[in-house]
Amino acid sequence: MFLILKKEVFAPDTFLWEVAAPEIADAAEAGQFAMVRLKEGGERIPLTIADFDRERGTVTLVVKVVGRSTEEMATYSAGERFLDFIGPLGAPTQVKGKNHIVLVGGGLGVAPLYPILRSFKELGSGTTTILGFRTRNQIFWEERFRLLSNQLLVMTEDGSYGRHGTTIDALRFILSGEVPVDEVMTVGPIGMMQAVAEVTRPLKIPTFASMNSIMVDGIGMCGSCRITVEGKVLFACVDGPDMDAHKVDFEELKVRQNRFKKEEIASLKKYRGECALKKEGRIF
Amino acid sequence: MERRSKTILRQKVAMPEAPALERRNGFQEVSLGYTPELAKVEADRCLLCKKPLCVPGCPVAIDIPGFIRQLSDGNLPAAYEILKRSNPLPAVCGRVCPQETQCEVKCVMGRKGEPVAIGRLERFVGDWGVAHGAAEEVEARLTGKKVAIVGSGPAGIACAQDLARAGVAVTIYEALHEVGGVLVYGIPPFRLPRKIVNQEIEGLKRLGVRIERNKVIGKIFTIEQLLHTKGFDAVFIGTGAGLPKFMGIPGEHLNGVMSANEFLTRVNLMHGYEKADTPIGMGDSVIVIGAGNTALDAARTALRMGAKEVTIVYRRTEKESPARLEELRHATEEGIQFCWLTQPVRLHGDVNGSVVAMECLRMELGEPDLSGRRSPRPVTGSEFRIQADTVIYALGTVANPIIARSTPCLKVNQQGYLEIDPQTQMTSIPGVFAGGDIVTGSATVILALGAGRRAAQGILQYLGLSREEERGEGHGLTMPAVSRAG
Ligand SMILES: Cc1cc2nc3c(=O)[nH]c(=O)nc-3n(C[C@H](O)[C@H](O)[C@H](O)COP(=O)(O)OP(=O)(O)OC[C@H]3O[C@@H](n4cnc5c(N)ncnc54)[C@H](O)[C@@H]3O)c2cc1C
Ligand code: SF4
Ligand code: FES
Repeated sequence: MFLILKKEVFAPDTFLWEVAAPEIADAAEAGQFAMVRLKEGGERIPLTIADFDRERGTVTLVVKVVGRSTEEMATYSAGERFLDFIGPLGAPTQVKGKNHIVLVGGGLGVAPLYPILRSFKELGSGTTTILGFRTRNQIFWEERFRLLSNQLLVMTEDGSYGRHGTTIDALRFILSGEVPVDEVMTVGPIGMMQAVAEVTRPLKIPTFASMNSIMVDGIGMCGSCRITVEGKVLFACVDGPDMDAHKVDFEELKVRQNRFKKEEIASLKKYRGECALKKEGRIF
Repeated sequence: MERRSKTILRQKVAMPEAPALERRNGFQEVSLGYTPELAKVEADRCLLCKKPLCVPGCPVAIDIPGFIRQLSDGNLPAAYEILKRSNPLPAVCGRVCPQETQCEVKCVMGRKGEPVAIGRLERFVGDWGVAHGAAEEVEARLTGKKVAIVGSGPAGIACAQDLARAGVAVTIYEALHEVGGVLVYGIPPFRLPRKIVNQEIEGLKRLGVRIERNKVIGKIFTIEQLLHTKGFDAVFIGTGAGLPKFMGIPGEHLNGVMSANEFLTRVNLMHGYEKADTPIGMGDSVIVIGAGNTALDAARTALRMGAKEVTIVYRRTEKESPARLEELRHATEEGIQFCWLTQPVRLHGDVNGSVVAMECLRMELGEPDLSGRRSPRPVTGSEFRIQADTVIYALGTVANPIIARSTPCLKVNQQGYLEIDPQTQMTSIPGVFAGGDIVTGSATVILALGAGRRAAQGILQYLGLSREEERGEGHGLTMPAVSRAG
């Protein structure tokens, strides 16, 4: 069982867990992910590692409620324990010293960018960080990013905070500036990562995107997470999560992300039904 | 002996089975096993040959007439003892070994009728052992040596068992949340009940073996860390086969197309058969490509998960199917359709990106080639379509890359499988041994068990613990040729 040391609620549907997991913290590198299984019969939920602290032996996850299992995660509080925590998984982000790197994070994808930013910083790279949120009350970790970024742009789609616009607007702006950019790394919704790739493609700037395709085992056995990259089948859980964004077939990925829509909706409905019955004291 | 005077039955004693129409709706075991009376009758068919032909057919050289004699004399503890001497998991192997190509195909009784049902007898005695927690309270004289085993499949289990018995402190690291490898995530419970595997695992624990689940070696600890930081004196790698193969035909990315590994993992490991949280993503009409054990397991699982139609598509004929004969028969009885000599060429999807049909070509067998095998070739103009909303690929696997990528100096062959010394199972790194599917590619449970035991001997020798008199003698642990794939 793994102990949740801290829980922080960022927005109605977004929260953070800090979990006591010294062995995982010790091995984790920027860009890797972990899997959570709440209880017997539970799914293996893949989550990108948002931070790790080797001294304190902790791993931080930032979670957005998108379905049944993440909704159930949201009901856990600090001090509670969950069943299984597996990680680190996947290959670390290739962090090599660069003159200047641009990091683009959207929504929840902001969180896993943090250890990537830290690693680049440690190697002395210059960094521009672009963070995009829908609206003001979704924003988190602005200060943490500001401390490590040479330049930070916070974008909101509704203009309620920072600059009005999308991360793509900001990226275009940065790339049209003076500072030559060696590499772009992006984590966020598929549509956004695809748009980032389209902006950097004509400029031939190496661009990497973190793939969160649907997984089961996360250890390279089932093939659920397969992605087509330059016509070749690759597996996000062992060959990724980072992939060359100019080569990923994003259109296919978008369709495959909806593979279990029907089942997920049904499962969420069933879960909510059971929760309601529990509240009424009709089942335990 | 009195039994010799009786007329000898030509046919095997049939094993009771759940009726096809009943069993296809659930995950209860299909073959029910012999009763003690039936087992006795079948055991009495054995001629107890002085020079038994069956034994060399067995990849671990079980003393087959030896255990059958004890069984027919009613001495089950002794029969079980003999089985366990060569085979760490008799209750499992009695159920899943391809006996018809191993021991039974060689049995002299097969010349004039059916061979002795060695597998069914092994299962009967194995089950007796499992049920009676059979007498394995080995007083382990602790040697002070520590060995780490990576992977809890048959190879890892076999290696752990032998090492623990020799007084080595063993820790198994398993990547998944359940212990048993393919025995729990691949082979479905209607063929191998979970209870059997779990009881064998309990037996390991009684021998003092520690099992750490959810530990992916190569990620949380590297092999090097196991040896140098964690203080293990040797490591055994039994990580099994890896990623599924696809064919590269158009439409494979469509929703509803998945590997048998994925489908079986969702149902078995994630307990889809008990309606747990993980979705399955299966529709009403299912095509399974391939005709090995994995394909048949996927097809029969699909039926049990409620598919209305399940069709197996295979480019060769039934004769070339590498599946166990019994499973082919069971699948047919349960209503699985077979399209032999059929080659998939393309998958068709709808506007939502979901598969709706598979286009195929008919094949015919060509002239025999040099090896005498008639290989299939397409019949021109024979395209046809099969409707399907789910297509499951069971075309085998390639090597899992995690360990190789995280272990510099570990030699792998062109396909990514680990290279070993066939005598000791030692890899290119001293003190690091390997066996099972990660060495051979997908093979069989019994070959993995044999490799695990050979590695245990290799490790004991490496650690200076092997007792002279045991060396090379009696345990039948020579490297057999890889027979049929799983
Ligand atoms: C569906 C199916 C049906 C089959 N049917 C039959 C049959 O009827 N008869 C037969 O003889 N054979 C059958 N086989 C083949 C047989 O199961 C395998 O040959 C056998 O299980 C191989 O054993 P193993 O110990 O090498 O590997 P596995 O059983 O694959 O076990 C490997 C274990 O290692 C773990 N692991 C992997 N990587 C790591 C890591 N980095 N760190 C820690 N742990 C790790 C895995 O999670 C797994 O638990 C079948 C296979 C399948 C898939
Ligand atoms: S060959 Fe057949 S009859 Fe002879 S010992 Fe083996 S099982 Fe018995
Ligand atoms: S999640 Fe199973 S192979 Fe990647």
